[in-house]
Amino acid sequence: MGIFVNRETKVIVQGITGRDGSFHTAKMLEYGTRIVGGVTPFKGGSEVDGVPVFNTVSHAVAATGADTSIIYIPPAFAAGSIIEAVEAGITNVVCITEGIPVTDMMTVAHFVRSKGARLIGPNCPGIITPGETKIGIMPGHIFTPGPVGVISRSGTLTYEVVHNLTSAGLGQSTVIGIGGDPIIGTKFIDCLEAFEEDPETKAVVLIGEIGGSDEEMAAAFIKEHFSKPVAVFIAGKTAPKGKRMGHAGAIIHAGKGTAESKVALFREAGSVVVDLPVDIAEAVKAFF
Amino acid sequence: MKLLEYQAKHLLKEYHVPVPEGFVVKGLSELSKVVQRLGGRCVVKAQILAGGRGKAGGVRLAGTSQEAFAAAEDLLGKPLETYQTAGKGELVNALLIEEQLSFLKELYFSITYDRETQTPVLMLSAEGGVEIEEIALKNPDSIRKVRVNPMTGIQEHHIRELYLSLGRGKEGYRAFTELVKNLFRLYMERDAAMVEINPLVLLEDETFLALDAKMIIDDNALFRHGDLVEIRKVPEDEQQEVEAREKGLSFVKLDGDVACMVNGAGLAMATMDMIKHHGMEPANFLDIGGSSNPQKVIEALDIIMKNSRVKVVFINVFGGITRCDDVANGFKKALSQRTMTIPMVMRLTGTNEKEGRRILKEIGYDAFTDLKEAVARLKEVYNGIREEH
Repeated sequence: MGIFVNRETKVIVQGITGRDGSFHTAKMLEYGTRIVGGVTPFKGGSEVDGVPVFNTVSHAVAATGADTSIIYIPPAFAAGSIIEAVEAGITNVVCITEGIPVTDMMTVAHFVRSKGARLIGPNCPGIITPGETKIGIMPGHIFTPGPVGVISRSGTLTYEVVHNLTSAGLGQSTVIGIGGDPIIGTKFIDCLEAFEEDPETKAVVLIGEIGGSDEEMAAAFIKEHFSKPVAVFIAGKTAPKGKRMGHAGAIIHAGKGTAESKVALFREAGSVVVDLPVDIAEAVKAFF
Repeated sequence: MKLLEYQAKHLLKEYHVPVPEGFVVKGLSELSKVVQRLGGRCVVKAQILAGGRGKAGGVRLAGTSQEAFAAAEDLLGKPLETYQTAGKGELVNALLIEEQLSFLKELYFSITYDRETQTPVLMLSAEGGVEIEEIALKNPDSIRKVRVNPMTGIQEHHIRELYLSLGRGKEGYRAFTELVKNLFRLYMERDAAMVEINPLVLLEDETFLALDAKMIIDDNALFRHGDLVEIRKVPEDEQQEVEAREKGLSFVKLDGDVACMVNGAGLAMATMDMIKHHGMEPANFLDIGGSSNPQKVIEALDIIMKNSRVKVVFINVFGGITRCDDVANGFKKALSQRTMTIPMVMRLTGTNEKEGRRILKEIGYDAFTDLKEAVARLKEVYNGIREEH
């Protein structure tokens, strides 16, 4: 079980012949993920680790029936790859690529939603339902199945927290890295909604960062609609203040985005906020 | 990437947005010809990237060419300190000499993106000028915000909505429509993260003109704007950061003495939080990013060792897309090229961990798996050094 993806999920890899794409295809196969195809333009007909390579996503979907894709494509072409996937009928797109321009992502985020598809990322580690499927770049061995749902804006910090949970005997239902970019497809709230409905998830860990207002919205959602206990860590309490974006940035993001504002709102919503990522497991243990 | 005012205005002209007649001057010898062409009366504007220039005396009105000379002499080649330059001042390498204009009204106009709605947002206020942020706090309704669906682009009703908030008659609407359309096209086509015209002035003939301009271009989009990369001016306090970015590293220098090198921005911030929590101060933020090849580790070490205040180096790598063996190989190579006199505490775990540890062992280094233990060791080492001194 878990949310969004499970052992049945059929996955294709966009950019399967690249350095990262081929390396992580092997790692995902090793984990048990059903990688049914890959896409690299003009390399159709070849194979990577026994996985057939196609020239386009629509060829791959027609041949394999995949509904999920993972993207390892350089930033200049990644936005186009997301659109290609959705137009080919893929309903779950996981985009690992870091550095996609904001103007591209604004259009893509709206397009994906207009087609009823889901985008996870970009600039994210992917999603894993431990013991079932891993669609991402995370080191599989630190995860173990269990009752804790994890949502995070960061990649490696997620590993830190999961390592902490697993070491304490706390397994995970699904772990999602939603991505660190200003414009992302799936937000904290989308994940919280799904975790609320998932009977296997008994508690949630939310890893936020300074900047933006997704955490603020998540805190408001938890207060009103979320029935399961939540433990929170917000990274960047000691980070230097971000670069000013003229007056415009200050006007549109007035009063939001600081660690203090996020921590206060989560506490008000009844969540447990810890000071350090290595304290998460202790907080979650108290829920059971 | 921030643009200087004259660079931003150059782009505005390219997009048919009216700006005052003006000339860029980089030496006093060029000044007389320029002032003559403007008829003596002019505005002398220091070209710096930091904001707060007007209040700091970086914009001078000159009624005669003597006054223009005096102002230029006062500003050019000297540092200008504003509330945004952190006490250091930014060197004025160029002046923009512009005609003086009379106008009816000062407005505020900007376009940026709204993370929440994932759209561009256009903002207009009838109260332009330097106090706009105060106005935004005290009377947010006086700033009209219009969000544009990026799939369908800007529509006439968006522009109408903005214009009506000015409470003016139909006469100026055509010029306003042209202006907003052009600015929006510039924003999207040139991958601006922000375009800000403050003030946007309304002239007597009911047309509009950009008296000032601030622009930030999305760094991630610079690959398709080679013309902008060419004219880039890097602020002095950001030179190291930009240099690092070109090598695929994300670096910010800080005031402490514990250097850190981490993979991933979130983990890097959390590592800094932990260092501080244990009574130490980070000397920098350094994210070596994902997929790091050994060369990146060498360059990262070079950057942090440039800071003479550093007493101890803390390395925290949790491999995902970054492979521990790549990191270890980077170290091996880096240490074969130099002798490290500063103690190092390392934490290495995740993808290809075993191989990474094996490589480190070859060169006599050990690494922790657990972050808590690694930070405890860091604290010991740090205290040891402080006692020696």
